Amino acid sequence: MFCILRVYAFFSSGLCGSQATEVRVSEVEFNPNFVSRMIPTLDWSALVQAADGLGLLQGLPAELVTDYEKNEDFLRKVHRVLLEVEVLEGCLQCPESGREFPISRGVPNMLLNEDEA
Amino acid sequence: MKLKELESCLQQVDAFEEPKILLEQYPTSPHIAACMLYTIHNTFDDIEGKLVADLGCGCGVLSIGAAMLDAGLCVGFDIDDDALEIFKRNSEEFELTNIDLIQCDMCSLRSHAYAKKFDTVIMNPPFGTKHNQGMDMQFLRTALTMATTAVYSLHKTSTRGHIQKKANDWGVKMEVIAELRYDLPASYKFHKKKSVDIKVDFLRFSTT
Repeated sequence: MFCILRVYAFFSSGLCGSQATEVRVSEVEFNPNFVSRMIPTLDWSALVQAADGLGLLQGLPAELVTDYEKNEDFLRKVHRVLLEVEVLEGCLQCPESGREFPISRGVPNMLLNEDEA
Repeated sequence: MKLKELESCLQQVDAFEEPKILLEQYPTSPHIAACMLYTIHNTFDDIEGKLVADLGCGCGVLSIGAAMLDAGLCVGFDIDDDALEIFKRNSEEFELTNIDLIQCDMCSLRSHAYAKKFDTVIMNPPFGTKHNQGMDMQFLRTALTMATTAVYSLHKTSTRGHIQKKANDWGVKMEVIAELRYDLPASYKFHKKKSVDIKVDFLRFSTT
């Protein structure tokens, strides 16, 4: 149930390396308004990089298209990559420290050790 | 979905098996959770199609309710493995696809990473009664950085004045939506009484 690409978007300022050893794609109801509203909150290039790294680019453009709110085709691509792909096993890596945060059974563990906090 | 239906569904949500005292773990009752979510949804329209965060989600009763009320996506945050395990099980049983979970420590969260990323934050935070004084305000501070529209939270009525003052300092508007009474059954072994009655405020915070 954890979609790396969703959290990825949230970590736009921090984490850029990611690996997935187990991924699941499931069907999630498409809500174009919701997807449209999420787009401005995303680091687009980070999202594309992550999708690419997971082999899930599937026509997602390198640059955001203009007037995406009305572009259903584009919104569906974003929906798929943002909400339907789940990383079950893998890790997120902080580009500054190299610290890896594991994802296990769909849940990323962002807890720091005592000496790191 | 009617309030009674929501409450009835939330009664199916599994709670903590062995609540950890120091984390102040206890389940938000299905009745309180349903009333909260119903108000947030019907009065303020802050759930459906929105990006929602549940801080200190525990076993997930608030997140599951939000997901059932068609939140665009609800992300639950909690520090505890065991609670998240139960939350996972719960969301699988309800077959909800619009829920995510993240394990982290709200107190050491790099809040700028999540700043203004969520429409709504909903939470029943620790009150800070177990060697963790001030925890409620830390959760609130973090929640306010994360939300763009509103934060909904439960706090002891006895702290209302203090919280109002902080809200003023932070430039946020605070509304007391309801006064509730928690009837906490003796969930911890050392509770002598059968249940503990606590007066709790259901608060809404928004940028004016």
